[in-house]
Amino acid sequence: MNAIDKAHADSATAPLTLYGATVSSRLLLGTAQYPSPQVLADAVRASRAEIVTVSVRRESAGGKAGQRFWELIRELGVLVLPNTAGCRTPKEAITTAQMARELFGTDWVKLEVIANDDTLQPDLFGLVEAARVLTEDGFKVFPYTTEDLGAAERLMSAGCEVLMPWGAPIGTGRGLNNKYALRTLRNYFPGVPLIIDAGIGAPSHACEAMEMGYDAVLLNTAVAKAGDPIRMAKAFAAAIDSGRTAFEAGLMEMRDMAEPSTPVAGTPFFDFGGKA
Amino acid sequence: MEQQFEAGSRLRIVVNGEPTLTEARTLAQLIIEAGFADARVATAVNGDFVPERARSERQLAEGDRVEIVSPRQGG
Repeated sequence: MNAIDKAHADSATAPLTLYGATVSSRLLLGTAQYPSPQVLADAVRASRAEIVTVSVRRESAGGKAGQRFWELIRELGVLVLPNTAGCRTPKEAITTAQMARELFGTDWVKLEVIANDDTLQPDLFGLVEAARVLTEDGFKVFPYTTEDLGAAERLMSAGCEVLMPWGAPIGTGRGLNNKYALRTLRNYFPGVPLIIDAGIGAPSHACEAMEMGYDAVLLNTAVAKAGDPIRMAKAFAAAIDSGRTAFEAGLMEMRDMAEPSTPVAGTPFFDFGGKA
Repeated sequence: MEQQFEAGSRLRIVVNGEPTLTEARTLAQLIIEAGFADARVATAVNGDFVPERARSERQLAEGDRVEIVSPRQGG
């Protein structure tokens, strides 16, 4: 093994398993809002994401938009995670998930039940209800939730094996709004895959989530709306690798007081109080 | 024309939010009539999912609300 191969091997982070599927990338990328299908495809490749989110929308008569998009995704060779974006009731979300399962041929669903148009905050009550019905129907549910610990427990009881708390409201790019609660959630569910979904604006936000021990990050707008989405995809991939590697390496404890890093012993000019 | 439609040859339904007059009597017929025969679509009627294999048995009725969706970009 040469030095470069060794460096790659040394930097590789642990694989991530979600509902039995194992991936090496800890970035899940959204496919919406890119300037063109080509930029989308190039950004997905640059991000090294192995899972991308998709949706279902009304097709126009004779329309081929859906078919074209589906072919683009298939060419990328990635796993798809269909969402229920825009659904406001459990019923809408359940039907949307069922339509997505037939269209995309996957039982994975990123479950969104939206409570409020301004915040796009999850309706936690509706989310739990829909998660239960979908799990019983054979779905593997990735719930878009908040950092609320009680809701997380209800979702787990409903059959969810993965949780996706928001960092901040969708599309805001504000990063991790409630680090204290996110840290609590991480500590409370040490063995559950936790993915930060939504609100990530900068690679540093994603890196921080990974340093905290989150298993992965799901983002869309921060890449799609970047000046150069392809370069930003690379930046996020690097940040997420870096944060995960740091977590696995074990971060130092934070301290209140300063402590010299250079050895004190043998410091020149140090006066022991002796007299010449 | 209105009178003729009410005579029973066509149903008034809503397809993807648009009021529509159709001669189709089943969801499968509607898919063809509305130009989705070759499209990759999934369907729901009145909020309930209708699998592809069940479309030919799904009878349409006056006032039905049909959703016809296809894969799209998503976050």
